[in-house]
Amino acid sequence: MNKPVEHAAQAPKRIQREESAGFDRTVIDYIHNAAAHGLYEIRGLGAKRKLPHFDDLVFLAGSVSRYPLEGYREKCHTKTVLGTRFARKPVELDIPITFAGMSFGSLSARVKEALGRAATELGTSTTTGDGGMTQEERQSSKTLVYQCLPSRYGFNPDDVRRADAIEVVIGQGAKPGGGGMLLGQKVNPRVAKMRTLPEGIDQRSACRHPDWTGPDDLVIKINELREITDWQVPIYVKIGATRVYNDVKLAVHAGADVVVVDGMQGGTAATQSVFIEHVGIPTLAALRQAVEALEELDMRGKVQLVISGGIRTGADVAKALALGADAVSVGQGTLIALGCNHESYFQAGANHSAEEDYAKLGTAPGYCHHCHTGKCPVGITTQDSILEQRLDPAVGAKRLKNYFKTMNMELTTVARACGKSNVHHLEREDLVALTIEAAAMARVPLAGTSWIPGVTPA
Amino acid sequence: MDSLAIEKRTTMDKTFDLAKASVRELNQFLHHDLAGSGIKHIDVLNPNGSHSIAVGVNHAVDIDIRGQGGYYVGGMNKFANITVHGNVGWGVAENMMSGSVRVKGFASESAGATGHGGTLIIEGDASLRCGISMKGIDIVVGGRVGNYSAFMAQAGRLVICGDAGDALGDSLYEAVIYVRGKIKSLGADAQQEPMTAADHAAVAELLKRAGFPYDPTEFKRVASARSLYHWNADANQEY
Repeated sequence: MNKPVEHAAQAPKRIQREESAGFDRTVIDYIHNAAAHGLYEIRGLGAKRKLPHFDDLVFLAGSVSRYPLEGYREKCHTKTVLGTRFARKPVELDIPITFAGMSFGSLSARVKEALGRAATELGTSTTTGDGGMTQEERQSSKTLVYQCLPSRYGFNPDDVRRADAIEVVIGQGAKPGGGGMLLGQKVNPRVAKMRTLPEGIDQRSACRHPDWTGPDDLVIKINELREITDWQVPIYVKIGATRVYNDVKLAVHAGADVVVVDGMQGGTAATQSVFIEHVGIPTLAALRQAVEALEELDMRGKVQLVISGGIRTGADVAKALALGADAVSVGQGTLIALGCNHESYFQAGANHSAEEDYAKLGTAPGYCHHCHTGKCPVGITTQDSILEQRLDPAVGAKRLKNYFKTMNMELTTVARACGKSNVHHLEREDLVALTIEAAAMARVPLAGTSWIPGVTPA
Repeated sequence: MDSLAIEKRTTMDKTFDLAKASVRELNQFLHHDLAGSGIKHIDVLNPNGSHSIAVGVNHAVDIDIRGQGGYYVGGMNKFANITVHGNVGWGVAENMMSGSVRVKGFASESAGATGHGGTLIIEGDASLRCGISMKGIDIVVGGRVGNYSAFMAQAGRLVICGDAGDALGDSLYEAVIYVRGKIKSLGADAQQEPMTAADHAAVAELLKRAGFPYDPTEFKRVASARSLYHWNADANQEY
């Protein structure tokens, strides 16, 4: 009988793992998913791809040529005033960091309350979002910005009169040119009633305003809102970053007190991923274009500029201010401060693991962008009566306060190091870029050179 | 304020002549001085196509605008009964909550846009997107309406005594449209449905409110087929 030949010393079969740059695992997964479902991916949060960002800039602090301020002893002011152009009652904030507009519907009423409480304690503002104004947020927020969106869900004159500012939303950084979206599982009875929609439907809101089109109409629309509010409160105009240079000029022409520019890293509760990753320009480029537009119109300091889209840290805030923003808005960062993507949640005095619930959604802490499902494992982006209990408004407010305080301390630390007794004195001259892309977009010199691509000769 | 601009005829009447006073003064009066004044009726003279006439009124009062209005006449109205003795520009009675707005002439685009309540009556024709995103308002148009009327209309009723343009009721939610004349085309997800006794009664009541002499049985009903309510019928498929 022939025995099989034994090859005891043979090496295991080599597994070849040459990954394609064009068809990498992300693309393969995308195609598999598209082929299985015949439907584009809808998800939450913002762009995940690597983009030129504030991380690509660094500060030139004081040294011999200019001196720094004493970090712990010398005062550094953070007071921020928005809406000084036409409004009789501009919005006065203690810090230049605000809470971005996020809807009741995308977030639970408890989260909206937490945002309001934190904003009030911090002396900053919060903003409604595409689902109307809830009692919880109006009561808890000292300064509340009320958005006027294409959908006008729940939009009414009583809330207009109760608002501290009105924000005409034209676009959102995560989806410039796209309307809102709220999938059926989040359209519970209260959300449905506020939006005048049947319960449980997949809600897609309009991408354009129903009663005006174009910049000349916007002049008239803003005038109407001013008339309704008796010229008391500021009117903001929010744009998603695309043709920022032109859009900011048109917003100023239309009579905006404040222009809010949301870059492509800005978050969303539910949007097609093709929109999130492929439409709009990075916040860094958007900010510089917006500032340029204001400067050319001689409107710097007259029309205030708020920048948002991927603001995460005090360093980001400081860089945004140095480039010319008057304030920033933070959306995704606030959710993460509340516990988004955390492995556990805090309820009834104890931490509980949320990992199983992440796994049920087919994701894990650190990777979750499943806001659209309404099954947020940590109880933030949900309308589920059990899940929403995982976020206690008081605990949430404390976390948000800590997060914003940290960012504000970082901001003043950097400002003092640059010799500024007021964070609004940070200037472009304080910055250099680490990459050619960031230097070109922000129009600051590449570190160690005097070269600004597109401005100075190479 | 120019005392000539505001002439009291009786203690219950007031006149604003917009050739002498500004729209700002008119609205300021309507928002702040009207309540408690005992005034029940206001005449607005020489509107000359001004925008934002009588916006954000929050008080029961009759307002007669004697001429042409610009954009957003009666915008966000609550409680007031406003009559325009002329034509109006875009967005008449936009986001109205209650009360009424009657336009004796024609209305431009987006009449009654996003209205939550009250009644908008247009005796003439209405242009494009009449009743866009309406949220509970009743709109009665004596004449024709332009394309994309009742686009994404969520709730309320739109009665069209004349013809309707293209894409009527595109992406309708729960609003209902009644049309007496011809419909050039229906929009996505809009469908013609049989009239029931309740529909006839509803149309009769709305026509009576508007003062139009038509027979409710002449009207067709258009409502949502509700096939767009969910993202994609195949959304849960897996191959």
